Amino acid sequence: MPHSSLPTQPSDPASKTPERKIPPSAPTGSAVPAASPASSDDVLARAQSGDHHAFAQLYSLHKRRIYSLCLRMVGNTAEAEDLTQEAFLQLHRKIATFRGDSAFSTWMHRLAINVVLMHLRRKGLALISLDEAMDPTPEEGPGRSFGSPDLNLTGAIDRMALERAVTELPAGYRLIFVLHDIEGYEHNEIAAMLDCSIGNSKSQLHKARLKLRDALRRNPGQETKR
Amino acid sequence: MTDDRNKMSCAEFQAQLPELIGSGKSVAANPHLQNCELCSALLADLETIAEAARQLFPVVEPPDDLWKHIESAIKEEDSGVDAAEHEKNK
Repeated sequence: MPHSSLPTQPSDPASKTPERKIPPSAPTGSAVPAASPASSDDVLARAQSGDHHAFAQLYSLHKRRIYSLCLRMVGNTAEAEDLTQEAFLQLHRKIATFRGDSAFSTWMHRLAINVVLMHLRRKGLALISLDEAMDPTPEEGPGRSFGSPDLNLTGAIDRMALERAVTELPAGYRLIFVLHDIEGYEHNEIAAMLDCSIGNSKSQLHKARLKLRDALRRNPGQETKR
Repeated sequence: MTDDRNKMSCAEFQAQLPELIGSGKSVAANPHLQNCELCSALLADLETIAEAARQLFPVVEPPDDLWKHIESAIKEEDSGVDAAEHEKNK
């Protein structure tokens, strides 16, 4: 049976995810002045020099991506709002230190990820379990995957069911899955962010996908074709 | 573990799978898959999940009042900094 390799990821994770069309009833954030893309460098420069109006425009430009990132990583809206607020507060404190070594959106994205990671560590969540990664338990180890001839998800995953399964993953697995498969970070980048080995990152991602597969087999949703 | 990859067991193959997938190379050519439907199905499922992940959790709008909270927190911080500097300069 032929298989292609699993998808490779783009080099700029911050620009990867497609934006959802906002329904007419959704809030528009009209209290914040809009900025045109052509003026974004100017807006950034003014925000770096302490222009509050320009900072508000930066918020307007980046709020959706940062909020969505936080929401994916923590899985609930209240925490995502708090973390988005904290990310923009950190941005306000640190914006003068941005030197343009990477795209601003990439820098901002990493800053927000660090805010979320700090938050999860403060909550006492072990983001990576080295012992578990090196010594899989019978329930989570690779051996559990075979002996199930009735499985086959190919071409028929219900998006809502998969989102629900991702939300229900343990924090460490969800984090790796979101960072790699959704946000598009490479294993070496994730290993650096989480202070773990690259092998550990690969192992945790694999286990996350196995857990999702199990969850989808238990509750496949509507099995709508993608 | 045997050197003959054609005779690799499912457990051996699956133990190597995280590294094989993470290497970015095609796993399809692995000899074990030529004769193992279970591991082929497993790999196909994992590929499907990874592909589907790209469409998950589209970008959404934060609540409208979030900026007000951020703005007021910034002002609070700024006034704290101003007060500290004022105190320092006394």
